[in-house]
Amino acid sequence: MIKVENVGKTFTLFNQENTSIPVIKEASFEVLKGDCVALVGKSGSGKSTLMRMIYGNYLTNEGKIWVGETNIVGASSRAIINIRRHILGYVSQFLRVVPRVPTREVVAEPLLAIGKEMDEAFDIAEKLLERLNIPPALWDLSPTTFSGGEQQRVNIARGFIRNYPAILLDEPTASLDSENRSVVLDLIKGAKSKGTAIVGIFHDESARMHVCDRQVDVSNFSPKLES
Amino acid sequence: MSELLLDVTGLSKYYGNRIGCADVNFDLWPGEVMGIVGESGSGKSTLLNCLAGQVEADFGEVFFSTRSEGMKDTFQMSEPERRMLSRTDWAFVHQNARDGLRMNVSAGGNVGERLMAVGSRHYGKIRNKAVDWLERVEIHNSRIDDRPTAFSGGMQQRLQIARNLVTGPRLVFMDEPTGGLDVSVQARLLDLIKSLVREMNLSAIIVTHDLAVVRLLADRLMVMKDGYVVESGLTDQVLDDPQHSYTQLLVSSVLQA
Amino acid sequence: MSDYNFAYLDEQTKRMIRRAILKGLAIPGYQVPFASREMPMPYGWGTGGVQVSAATLTPEDTLKVIDQGADDTTNAISIRKFFEKTAKIATTEKTSSASVIQTRHRIPEEQLTEDQILVYQVPIPEPLRFLEPSEIETRKMHALEEYGLMHVKLYEDISRHGAIATSYAYPVKVEDRYVMDPSPIPKFDNPKMEMAAIQLFGAGREQRIYALPPHTKVVSLDFDDFPFEPSKADYSCDLCGSENSYLDEVIVDDEGGRIFVCSDTDFCSSRQAINSELTYE
Repeated sequence: MIKVENVGKTFTLFNQENTSIPVIKEASFEVLKGDCVALVGKSGSGKSTLMRMIYGNYLTNEGKIWVGETNIVGASSRAIINIRRHILGYVSQFLRVVPRVPTREVVAEPLLAIGKEMDEAFDIAEKLLERLNIPPALWDLSPTTFSGGEQQRVNIARGFIRNYPAILLDEPTASLDSENRSVVLDLIKGAKSKGTAIVGIFHDESARMHVCDRQVDVSNFSPKLES
Repeated sequence: MSELLLDVTGLSKYYGNRIGCADVNFDLWPGEVMGIVGESGSGKSTLLNCLAGQVEADFGEVFFSTRSEGMKDTFQMSEPERRMLSRTDWAFVHQNARDGLRMNVSAGGNVGERLMAVGSRHYGKIRNKAVDWLERVEIHNSRIDDRPTAFSGGMQQRLQIARNLVTGPRLVFMDEPTGGLDVSVQARLLDLIKSLVREMNLSAIIVTHDLAVVRLLADRLMVMKDGYVVESGLTDQVLDDPQHSYTQLLVSSVLQA
Repeated sequence: MSDYNFAYLDEQTKRMIRRAILKGLAIPGYQVPFASREMPMPYGWGTGGVQVSAATLTPEDTLKVIDQGADDTTNAISIRKFFEKTAKIATTEKTSSASVIQTRHRIPEEQLTEDQILVYQVPIPEPLRFLEPSEIETRKMHALEEYGLMHVKLYEDISRHGAIATSYAYPVKVEDRYVMDPSPIPKFDNPKMEMAAIQLFGAGREQRIYALPPHTKVVSLDFDDFPFEPSKADYSCDLCGSENSYLDEVIVDDEGGRIFVCSDTDFCSSRQAINSELTYE
């Protein structure tokens, strides 16, 4: 479902004396349907970067990244938008909050974007919010004023509202208490059983052990610094 | 709908030796929002005005998928054709609402004008549609007979949007739609634009200097400097992983609140 | 300088005006620009109508001049005397005897024939002027038949007054093409514009001429649910008893007593003559 082939990335900072910072080199791994792969490695090793490259949020300089039948590297904007809409979901670390939009709508948005009826979409969103212990009183409010944990759960609901064939999860259980953490892990397991391919970054080792089948150590893809 | 809506090739406009915009190429599909960012003098407004036919370009073609005749080069169209296009399939939302409204005509008249311009002759139906649209842009229908001079800036801008969208255009050009508005008003307006774009499957080309606006509204982004497009791609990619030195400068210059 | 050229204007000017008239007749309702001459009356006093009449008159014509229906107002008399002096043509107060009728703000009640020409005095020829001040823009609107704005004006009337409030200079669509200002005639007169006579419109200050050939289609603008009504005061004439003519309201004493009389003086006096004949029998 997701295949990373010899992928490399270098950041070039033009405004800081054209510094070149290679961050990923010759990364390869594969995630099959129903597989859950954890990206591990110490802080700064490039886990989030690699995840963003798979999503097309960061450009990839070398190699290929296959999501389904499409190579993300060099794909047109339109192709990537299509993949994000139908094939690949992404739960980022932080919810990008838009003022004024009620939580129910924030969560339902991926369904509305593919043309689902508003009532139906809101229904599904509400059920998911309930499962994640976000009380109905908050459904009409914008998440701007929610706590970190609440925002994270809204973010997760939004990421899981559709049955994507593949999803990327960046620290899905951070800032959650144990009860909500197990809800999220259940969601992940549920997705797995539906055949979703999952790539996740989990700071919490027990959560990682709970749902992931394999680990990929991203520090193996760190370029050796030339001295 | 998977048919290309707009195909722009080699669009250039010069003012003597000075470059307005040069060699712009892109395509646009139904339901897509394209953002154009740049600082003052980058050529973004020139580009928008050339695309919308408000200013005559020197080179290039802008092919638009017309309803009846397929892809046509809008630069080759006769003036009546172009004016008809701008009243039906196209819309232009000006930065200053006063440029896009008739200030001495009531809100209802403003919204109804485009309907009357394409032959609507039933007062009751026109008025109902105007009421409908005022509600959609969150203007209370009790204001339907008020002149825009009695509206706040944000309301005027929302009225301008209603006036433009009432005939169901497929392509909307927006020039700094939130410029000059209070921050809270901006949020409301952006939210409105976003939901209308989604509900009506609109395509839009939005010019702005505000990166937060493009992040919210645009799927794709073009960054302009000195008349040239220096970088383009997915909005989140261009803003999160800028490749061009100017884009990097632009992104890093944004103050965090 | 004791003799005037026939009808005051030189022959070249008359040719220029006639060309404009012919063009106007060929494109009914279209405003033809012309080079308005200095006339011995100020702008706003009918110079356009006078120039059109001057170019139209021949020595065999009989001229009638009315001002809001009346032959005996100062202006009507002045203009009639002007042509008597400069053209030495016959003049009359009887509508049926006239071959050229110059009018300010009214159409005669009596039906006109194919042998007659009606010349209107026009202050502002552009029907869209009050909504669109730019001349460039209004010319484009006419050229491209973009008349949505005209209906906006009517819409505004209905929203403000519950009905289309325009009572004179009511805009019309000519031959399904041009929107035209019929000059400040009461809307009651609009239906008369579909007539057998030639109608010529002259605006001196604005330098425009337009025209309607005989039997041209003239439709007053309206909405499907607010149709045009050629309304008049709901009274009959106190002098001749007519119920179908346009009336002037006249205050007759200091207590506010009033009577209604036909605005068309010739029409009224003809009817009065018939009435008195009848009473004698």
